[in-house]
Amino acid sequence: MPETPLTLWASLPEPLVTVLVILFKITLILVPLLLSVAYLTLAERKIIGWIQVRMGPNRVGFFGVAKGWAQPIADLVKMLMKEFIWPRKANRFLFVLAPIIALTAAVGAWAVIPFDDGLVLADVNAGLLYILAITSLGVYGIIIAGWASNSKYALLGAMRSAAQIIAYEIAMGFALVGVLLAAGSLNLREIVLAQQGGVIDWFWLPLFPLFVIYFISGVAETNRAPFDVAEGESEIVAGFHVEYSGMGFAVFFLAEYAAMILIAALTALMFLGGWYSPFPDTATETPMIGVLLGPGIHWLVLKTAFFLFLYLWFRATFPRYRYDQIMRLGWKVFIPVTIVWLLVVAVAVMGEVPPWFNHPL
Amino acid sequence: MLTSYLPVLIFILVGFGLGVVLISINNILAPHRPDEEKLSPYECGFEAFEDSRMKFDVRYYLVAILFIIFDLEIAFLFPWAVVLKQIGMIGFWAMVIFLGILVVGFIYEWKKGALEWE
Repeated sequence: MPETPLTLWASLPEPLVTVLVILFKITLILVPLLLSVAYLTLAERKIIGWIQVRMGPNRVGFFGVAKGWAQPIADLVKMLMKEFIWPRKANRFLFVLAPIIALTAAVGAWAVIPFDDGLVLADVNAGLLYILAITSLGVYGIIIAGWASNSKYALLGAMRSAAQIIAYEIAMGFALVGVLLAAGSLNLREIVLAQQGGVIDWFWLPLFPLFVIYFISGVAETNRAPFDVAEGESEIVAGFHVEYSGMGFAVFFLAEYAAMILIAALTALMFLGGWYSPFPDTATETPMIGVLLGPGIHWLVLKTAFFLFLYLWFRATFPRYRYDQIMRLGWKVFIPVTIVWLLVVAVAVMGEVPPWFNHPL
Repeated sequence: MLTSYLPVLIFILVGFGLGVVLISINNILAPHRPDEEKLSPYECGFEAFEDSRMKFDVRYYLVAILFIIFDLEIAFLFPWAVVLKQIGMIGFWAMVIFLGILVVGFIYEWKKGALEWE
């Protein structure tokens, strides 16, 4: 029998085939994710530029179209060619491990994100618990970086960041419990299915305070402005990654942006109906564009893009919070509000309030 | 059941590998010209005064302890929230009492000033 790729494929042992198929699917998620990260950096610089009446990046590019589009590629090449400095006092193993841990946590969470009904790598039944667990690991990257660098600014940034992230993680966890109450499932696909219908049926309405708190906590969790005291350029130079250069710095950057997109996608999935269309009834009747108006991955992408835009808008608009204000907001505002609203949701679920909580399990 | 977690495990490994590969490429491609000044800890141009692993405020420790209490609370709430409809009124009131005890503790630490951060 001639050796064609097909026969070779059929002759492979079963477990190897399974792993290869999984690796192929992972590539299908990871490549668009990394491209999104690259172009989110460009979008950030462009949008903040426009908000501040500047042009943003407008030099790098070829083929004569819209100058500036190749900026992320140029940035990546530059980062790869820059020296990776190993500070003399640093603990070398932990120093290089820290950005890798941050990236692993930010990327690994994408394994359970459903992009459409059935379009998910791992349809696990404890999806939300896994998300909560692995996004919590991100803080280890920051703490280890601050400690291993053996630099004062790095340690200060790591301390601030650790206290801030754990404060906001509680509010975030309570908001997630609210979603669980409403959906009655830990599986992200089932959480979206529980929101079937139009804008009114999505969970943002009954869970409105939790929705707002979840997204703001998400901004704080990812150390973005106005909660970016862990970096705080004007106070502690660059915080936890002050000693990092070259790809060490870039990997932290990559992790931060992947986490931003993750938070935006999760907010869209849990509160804005994921892939459901805001026009549930007109969709099938309209000729030509009916498919676009129906549910699909494009709605999830649009909603995610909206939250990402909010991230950039916040950064361009709000001045940085003072540290004691951040702690006050997290502990004294968000936690009481979420506890109260959790009880409200529990009562609503027990009373089967329509149109959100009256569907059978 | 557990096999559905295999892709998750592989994804985590791929994420880890991605970081390792990127940093390795960087270390191969980039120049290495270390010198005394470049390798010293950054401190605004000064020589580092002392070891950077200094004493820090005990409040960070306090926040960490409070975090553990509340995070455990969330861990308890997760399974309760999923099955609330099945366990009915008894389950609902059990958790209300549990939350009530937690709120009393929360008010206590608030009044004690554990949440102040001047």
